[in-house]
Amino acid sequence: MNEKKVTLTIDGIQVVARADATIMEAAEIAGLCIPRLCYHSRLSEAGACRVCIVEVEGMKNFVPSCCTRVAEGMVVRTNSPDLLKARRDIVELLLDNHPEDCQTCARNGDCELQTLAQQFGIRERLYQGERKHFPVDISSASIVRDPDKCILCGKCVRVCSEIQGVNALSFSHRGFRTNVGPAFDLPAAESVCVNCGQCTLFCPTGALTERDDTEKVWQALSDPSKVVVVQIAPAVRVALGEPFGFQPGTDLTGQTVAALRRLGFDRVFDTQFSADLTIMEEAHELLHRLAHGGKLPMFTSCSPAWIKFCEHFHPDFLENLSTCKSPQQMMGALIKTYYARKQGLEAASIYSVSIMPCTAKKFEAARPEMKASSFQDVDAVLTTRELARMIKQAGLKFSELKPEEFDDPLGESTGAATIFGVTGGVLEAALRTAYEAATGKELERVDFNQVRGFEGIREAEIDLDGTRIKVAVVHGLANTHRLLTEIRAGQRHYHFVEVMTCPGGCLGGGGQPRPPQGTEPLDRSFYQKRAAGIYTIDSRKIIRQSHKNPQIKQIYAEFLGTPLGEKSHHLLHTHYHHRTPKGFASIREEIFNL
Amino acid sequence: MKKNRLDTAEAGVSLTSLSEFIDRARPLRNAQSLLMGTLHHTQELFEYIPREAVELISEKLNLPTAHIYGMITFYNYFSLKPRPAYQIHVCKGTACYVSGGSRVLERLKQELKIDVGEVTPDGLFGLNVTRCLGCCGLAPVMQVNEDVYVRVVPERLPAILNSYRQKGIRGKASTRVGAFEHPGQSRYDNKRQATGRRR
Ligand code: SF4
Ligand code: SF4
Ligand code: FES
Repeated sequence: MNEKKVTLTIDGIQVVARADATIMEAAEIAGLCIPRLCYHSRLSEAGACRVCIVEVEGMKNFVPSCCTRVAEGMVVRTNSPDLLKARRDIVELLLDNHPEDCQTCARNGDCELQTLAQQFGIRERLYQGERKHFPVDISSASIVRDPDKCILCGKCVRVCSEIQGVNALSFSHRGFRTNVGPAFDLPAAESVCVNCGQCTLFCPTGALTERDDTEKVWQALSDPSKVVVVQIAPAVRVALGEPFGFQPGTDLTGQTVAALRRLGFDRVFDTQFSADLTIMEEAHELLHRLAHGGKLPMFTSCSPAWIKFCEHFHPDFLENLSTCKSPQQMMGALIKTYYARKQGLEAASIYSVSIMPCTAKKFEAARPEMKASSFQDVDAVLTTRELARMIKQAGLKFSELKPEEFDDPLGESTGAATIFGVTGGVLEAALRTAYEAATGKELERVDFNQVRGFEGIREAEIDLDGTRIKVAVVHGLANTHRLLTEIRAGQRHYHFVEVMTCPGGCLGGGGQPRPPQGTEPLDRSFYQKRAAGIYTIDSRKIIRQSHKNPQIKQIYAEFLGTPLGEKSHHLLHTHYHHRTPKGFASIREEIFNL
Repeated sequence: MKKNRLDTAEAGVSLTSLSEFIDRARPLRNAQSLLMGTLHHTQELFEYIPREAVELISEKLNLPTAHIYGMITFYNYFSLKPRPAYQIHVCKGTACYVSGGSRVLERLKQELKIDVGEVTPDGLFGLNVTRCLGCCGLAPVMQVNEDVYVRVVPERLPAILNSYRQKGIRGKASTRVGAFEHPGQSRYDNKRQATGRRR
């Protein structure tokens, strides 16, 4: 990093900035937020939208402030009348080639283009030219792409490539026909897209959104012949409040349960219960692999976009994946078997919904592998954003709801399950149980601070009473690609690796509420608040280790037998297979740290 | 669907030769700067860029297919579809236009059931418009490969097309190398057919 400083003037204010800063960054120091659409501080510069133009004394044309460097003595104006007019023209030209259907758009109310049009006081459509028209791609179980709403800012292309290494999207064609999409203009379902949904967090407009399954769920809720059961994932409870004005990280578990009951769900269960179960199975699987010369390192398998990434890009590592299903799918399998039997319900009459921070969970639920109950184990998956919409549609005053408890017996969970929602959490939870299972001794401190944090790749050595095991935590798929490449090359050696697709883990999932405008996705301090919320819930729990969950003990005694036993094998484990097209990932030069 | 088919053995040979080309070039430059040359070579080898070739290039250069596809579609020189045996150019220059060029074009679209820029499913005809072929006195003008037709009236078109149908694919002047039918083709040939508007 360049430590040299320069002094410049922005709107009459003297600013001292790093010599390699952009005008936009320097303007932040002066307390100015220059409008922008294609810029993101963690992605490469594009200079595509030109909304950020400023006037620089001595330069003939306006320059884009997001990709123009400062210089000593530079005099910048960000709000001259000519400039405002030019910016306005740019937004009007974007609008010219944009559908006029704000009212029916998924992003109505939180669209960056809409906000700019509003801020710039654009009250009519001045230009009326020819508009592009492409079909909407609804092939994916997770993501809907509507190219007509795309303003070609390229943020999705960059996040998919630079943060996720997937490169599912690219610009294609030219001029008026320019479009963003997968190779060969294939439908997303046939592309290497892993459904992570990060692009839906970055897209400034409604061009990329989660597939909306709320209609399906409303239907089921109004069907008297169905028992509608719902589960909620750990990371949902610390983010669901955001669209209702709560700070990120606020623990709203009880209110969420109450809201779900008010929406008409018959039973409300906690994915954290099955997260505890996952730990039981996964910790024993790890010990089994260590003792019996199984494939190592073992990778966690609860992040479905990571699974698909492995299938497309690293099929030689498929055997390293833990055979455990994700908590969502374990819960799904139990609801239609164990719970149905216990309650004397027909599995066919159960409609199972899950609320997830994740778009890829929609894809996972629809996988052919996920029919352990001989039905589709999970019928519908809603993201946190969709649940927030349902609560608003129902007119519930979310902030005034009295907290309620989960239903028994699939509602009890430990602190170990809560931390599934943050990068490093699954590994930490597994260690809390594996340690005691391996050594027979009580852990003095259940906190494994070595594996916490937001660095892209973290590693630690854990002493299981004499046996030292090497573990690693990675989040973001470009980081993961690097880690796998280096493991393959023999440069890194581990026994156990936690992989989370999304930066930050589930709390930064592609289905989470978008940060408020003015805060970027991937904003470290924003994500830190959600993480702090999760760690607080964990630290307040009396029981913080999965194997001490009384309901978990009970389900093994009553139904499952032992971890890795016959029943578990059938209901809770699976295998994945090589998938085409084969993908070619890219690695960032540096590890991406949140 | 019979599509400009050469036997698969020949296609295999072309893919092998492409693969060898990349292997020879690989040590010389980084993947990104090799891509352009490789695509040129592919276009010359097959007269278009088949999907198999893109996948091969992607694998060999470790570049994402989406990225390569973006490159291919940016340049007019590259084509993702086999060239038709007979490329029809209808002049839409001013003179042709006023003397009925657009009616000729409409009739051709009807006869061939394709739009401008498309190729018939049998690979026989492609339809394009062009600006002024330089013989405005003889408008409307149309060109099929090297053959120029002048003062075309729509009624003459079926007979003209039939004469080419009789010659068939093998009858055209230049012989094609390496083009072949491959299983994935229809999927992107008729692109976006699998996606659809809601409702
Ligand atoms: S969902 Fe993820 S993998 Fe798919 S296009 Fe978006 S960012 Fe890329
Ligand atoms: S889809 Fe969205 S993020 Fe991607 S280029 Fe278009 S507007 Fe930008
Ligand atoms: S934000 Fe600067 S050009 Fe788009």
